[in-house]
Amino acid sequence: MSQALFEKIGGEPAVNAAVDIFYRKVLADDRVNGFFDDVDMDRQAAKQKAFLTMAFGGPNHYTGADMRRGHAHLVARGLNDRHFDIIVEHLAATLRELNVAEASIDQVAAICESTRKDVLGR
Amino acid sequence: MPEILLDGKGYALADGETVLDALTRGGAAVPSSCRSGVCQTCLMRAVEGSIPAESQKGLKGTLQARGYFLACQCMPGGTLRVERPGAEAGRLSATVRAITPLNRDIVSVALECSDMGDYRAGQFINVFKDGTVSRSYSLASAPGIDPHLTLHVRKVAEGRVSGWIHETLRVGDTVAISQPLGECFYLPSDPEQPLLLLGTGSGLAPLYGIIRDALRHGHRGPIHLYHGSRHKDGLYLTDELHALAREHASVQYHPCVSREEPSGDLRRGRVVDLALGDLTALAGWRVFLCGHPDMVQSARKRLYLAGASLKDMYADAFIRSAA
Ligand SMILES: Cc1cc2nc3c(=O)[nH]c(=O)nc-3n(C[C@H](O)[C@H](O)[C@H](O)COP(=O)(O)OP(=O)(O)OC[C@H]3O[C@@H](n4cnc5c(N)ncnc54)[C@H](O)[C@@H]3O)c2cc1C
Ligand code: HEM
Repeated sequence: MSQALFEKIGGEPAVNAAVDIFYRKVLADDRVNGFFDDVDMDRQAAKQKAFLTMAFGGPNHYTGADMRRGHAHLVARGLNDRHFDIIVEHLAATLRELNVAEASIDQVAAICESTRKDVLGR
Repeated sequence: MPEILLDGKGYALADGETVLDALTRGGAAVPSSCRSGVCQTCLMRAVEGSIPAESQKGLKGTLQARGYFLACQCMPGGTLRVERPGAEAGRLSATVRAITPLNRDIVSVALECSDMGDYRAGQFINVFKDGTVSRSYSLASAPGIDPHLTLHVRKVAEGRVSGWIHETLRVGDTVAISQPLGECFYLPSDPEQPLLLLGTGSGLAPLYGIIRDALRHGHRGPIHLYHGSRHKDGLYLTDELHALAREHASVQYHPCVSREEPSGDLRRGRVVDLALGDLTALAGWRVFLCGHPDMVQSARKRLYLAGASLKDMYADAFIRSAA
């Protein structure tokens, strides 16, 4: 649906630039970093790249069921709407730092919003 | 239940098992070492069936294209026919040219291997004690500078391979080694970029190659090397590194001890704490981390939070072998 958005934001190079900034914000935020305590940062960063690609409307193979399964262990540990909003907020702030247009940021937020039910396992 | 077929025999794959688990449980002799997808000792080739992409991560494109995968990272969805690696992924023969003590626990081992093509300072090789037991050791040598491949091997109590290297291996012996592996090396992409090198114990080995390789490539940006050990007698090559720092204004060498009062120019503390105290902001730095896995893991996170970019961090954690 949103290949155009992905291209507008800058495609894969933009994802690479964004993952560094985004993941640093998330890891530095005590409200959510407990969910990201993976021992292997490379692995975790690769997953965040998958997340950003998806949120930017880029090519990905994730289904709603995948999102459900992928976050179920986090929901079991208390993942809720507040955490979800914080992540989306960090993502928007990241894109602002990269001078992405507000209209595109809104579209990214909308893509994230469309996954809320699945991510939170409802 | 999916099966793994090897040498005409079938091995049932239980739920949650890797190919390596299933084969070793069934009694097949498959070499393995780290079991973490790093050392590539358990390399195998799939001739029939499909393998998950994760099990090919880090392999050279040419090997991926021919169906090579890491047995310890492979949980296939269906039946798989596999074979042992062929000559193209195979072992090389090296001759021991010198064994020299560097400190009480660490020896330098110089190997001559005419079949090894290009390697990068900072990569590692697997050294085979016999047909199935091998361990990874980083290259402390740099191409174009050192005539032989050089390893710094620390003696681990009861260590099968390090003990064998320290006690049994002799000059003139022949040993089997792997091709050079790993991504922790210097690229002459940006000669002005500041470099931070952190190592503990024999983690100095790859850094000793990398720092000299960078200088040989004409690196002009500042290079800060922090080498840490609990005690002073765990440090080594201190004269050589002090000399390097005297010759090159860009080089700063910080020998650090964490468990004793420092004397002379030694610094007290852990390498990560000292480096962060000195440098505070690391945006734009290229970072190399080698040695103790706990140090590597915590340094990676802390330096990243201090601004270092993920793509500019290179690391080799000297993880223990599981096999
Ligand atoms: C990428 C990579 C690069 C490496 N580079 C180097 C290098 O340059 N120089 C070097 O000396 N080593 C290096 N290592 C570690 C090396 O591969 C071996 O793990 C190490 O030599 C121990 O093997 P061993 O067969 O002697 O001991 P094992 O027989 O495997 O272990 C014997 C016993 O000692 C314990 N043990 C294992 N390792 C340690 C340790 N580090 N400290 C305390 N106890 C331990 C084990 O749990 C076991 O109980 C590297 C590892 C990796 C993954
Ligand atoms: C905004 C909507 C979100 C989307 C679209 C999304 C998407 C993704 C994707 C695509 C992955 C990779 C899955 C994989 O390949 O294994 C992933 C993993 C992950 N996500 Fe999300 N995510 C969202 C929200 C969140 C939130 C709110 C949190 C926690 C605060 C979170 C924490 C994680 C973690 C920790 C992982 C890695 C899990 C693991 O280690 O297996 N995500 N996410």
